[in-house]
Amino acid sequence: MNLQLIGVNHTTAPVEVRERLAIPESRLPEALRQLAQHPGVEEALILCTCNRVELLARTRNGSADLRGFLGAYFHLEPAQLDPHLYHLRENEAVRHLFRVAASLDSMVVGEAQILGQVKEAYATARAVGAVNSQLDLLLTRAFAVAKRVRTETAVGSSAVSIASVAVELAKKIFGTLQGKHVYLVGAGKMSELAARHLQAHGAASIFVANRTYERAVQLAARFHGEAIRFSEIYNTCDQADIVITSTGAPVAIFRRSHGEMFLSRRKNRPMFFIDIAVPRDVDPEMNKVDGIFVYDIDDLQQAVSLHVADRKKEAERAEEIINTEVERFQSRLQTLEVVPTIVSLQDHLETIRQAEIDRVRGRLGPLSPEQELAVEALTRGIINKIMHTPISTLKTAARDSEATTVVDLVRRLFNLQDRKAKSGSGPGERG
Amino acid sequence: MPILWLRVALGCYAFGLLYALVALSRSSELLGKIALHAAYLGMLFHFVALAEEMGLSHQITVTSVHNAESVLAFLIMVAFMLVYLVYKTTSPGIVVFPVVFLLTFVAATGEQPFVFMNPASRGGWLLVHIVLIFTGYAALVLSFGASLVYLIQEHMLKAKKSAGMLSRLPALEVIDEISFRSLLLGFPFMTLGLLAGTVVAQITFGRVDFLDPKILLSILMWLVYLLLVYTRWNAGWRGRRAAYLAAGAFVAAVVAWSANYFSTIHRFVQS
Repeated sequence: MNLQLIGVNHTTAPVEVRERLAIPESRLPEALRQLAQHPGVEEALILCTCNRVELLARTRNGSADLRGFLGAYFHLEPAQLDPHLYHLRENEAVRHLFRVAASLDSMVVGEAQILGQVKEAYATARAVGAVNSQLDLLLTRAFAVAKRVRTETAVGSSAVSIASVAVELAKKIFGTLQGKHVYLVGAGKMSELAARHLQAHGAASIFVANRTYERAVQLAARFHGEAIRFSEIYNTCDQADIVITSTGAPVAIFRRSHGEMFLSRRKNRPMFFIDIAVPRDVDPEMNKVDGIFVYDIDDLQQAVSLHVADRKKEAERAEEIINTEVERFQSRLQTLEVVPTIVSLQDHLETIRQAEIDRVRGRLGPLSPEQELAVEALTRGIINKIMHTPISTLKTAARDSEATTVVDLVRRLFNLQDRKAKSGSGPGERG
Repeated sequence: MPILWLRVALGCYAFGLLYALVALSRSSELLGKIALHAAYLGMLFHFVALAEEMGLSHQITVTSVHNAESVLAFLIMVAFMLVYLVYKTTSPGIVVFPVVFLLTFVAATGEQPFVFMNPASRGGWLLVHIVLIFTGYAALVLSFGASLVYLIQEHMLKAKKSAGMLSRLPALEVIDEISFRSLLLGFPFMTLGLLAGTVVAQITFGRVDFLDPKILLSILMWLVYLLLVYTRWNAGWRGRRAAYLAAGAFVAAVVAWSANYFSTIHRFVQS
């Protein structure tokens, strides 16, 4: 189906690279439009979360230069991108998408958020009109696979989220969370989740600071916490033992000097910064201040990877599901692309055969049943012999990237018109 | 016989030493358990050794330098076990075990160079002086041990190495609490012990010889100790700076201890 996928994720690129490739939500539709108009691209989808940036496209003859698009869009040299980029095609792209949607490729394997993010990416792409027939099919299948993995394995149920890892780390620093104060800078979903975990483990009070004060008030109300004006963060932050930052600020909000200031105000009682924002909100230099511990999203991943081992077995089962689903999807595509062509090819030849027999019968006069059978066997035999190679070629082609090319060629050679629309793989069909 | 029991105790403490050495590179829960049980056993033998020694000499005071080291080692182990009972952690053992092992080793194998012949040594004040000072020492060693563990844990957290020992060491704040509490508890003992020392000096010599190296060093150590408590209390110093100070106090304590060999007053043999 000429599927291509390129991208970076938390395993291939450090946070510094990922933050350079981040596309803000507001600019996503425009980026999608540009990608959809990129030469060779038929359908496109962009998935951009804090852990990954991925471009998925169905291309004309697999010719689109997605890497070139990425480089041009972000004004990056290929040399800067290449070491971090993965480039997948066809089945490998399908498998990757399934794994991503099923949260097997997540930093925190099994976390539920990613499926929602894939769904959002899909909705955006649909709204822009960047996806139609085939990616539609693929994405719908991906959601079903994700659901299957979630219900049939324990990968999701025992998911150790970033939030609970944050709780464990906080306990490593503070021993108990009883009476500890939590400060949210930025009112994102992820930080809300983390705060909820911390509160469940005994954290005393929650402060919320957000650029939009109303949003801070709303979130604070949910925690029975206290909303704080964004301009006040430097004056109030030292009251917190645990600070969770998740703003969309392009530069770091907390610098080393801030940390030193907080600590002297706190009489050196330790502080724990959890920075889940990309680009980062806390300057990594801050970690060098005695008594301050800064964990960004990459560091949390490292801590999480220990848990991954525990759930390896479940993950293996999930991978098996993915494997069967990839095969199933492939055979489904085969049905969609090749079978109609084979059927119409057979129909086409059968029509010719019937027409020829009818024509000849008029000249030969009535035939005996034996003769009838002989003519029947002869013509069928010729057609089957001739058809054997093209059909098996079509069947083989369905399994790799040539499918569309071979199907188009066969259709053109035999001038097959009907049943074509369903496959949606012909030229000039973009919506 | 006491020496034999002491040597058995030393053998038990050797497990602790092994635990401490291994813990520097990686964590072993099994070894921790073995070290702990060996330490219980060691303390038992140690106690028997001390009791017998005192029974033999028919007096309750410390009769030699090595005997004193043995008592100090025993007190440090007691402090360590108290921490274990409250916090369920053997981590201070990383420092405590080697110190205890060294003290017991010297006591169990060394010659008996200085025997306390001074008749005044049998006085009750001297006993008070020694027990108080030694309890202070034990607290200081423990606090120093906890400070070092704090440094290790802090380093692990900063370096984001979640594997291995980090998962076994107690939380940073708990280590800090152990360090600070033993420091605070030790301080009055140390102070009162020094005061008791002046009383002993008054009784024995009629004056306190402040120029005696041992006394000078003891006062210096007490000042470092005071500074340690003050900075921790007032500025909340912990981590690296607290560990440096604790190390300073520890070194001062060791020097003060070794000054037994130079001091005229604390010479156990009268010159």
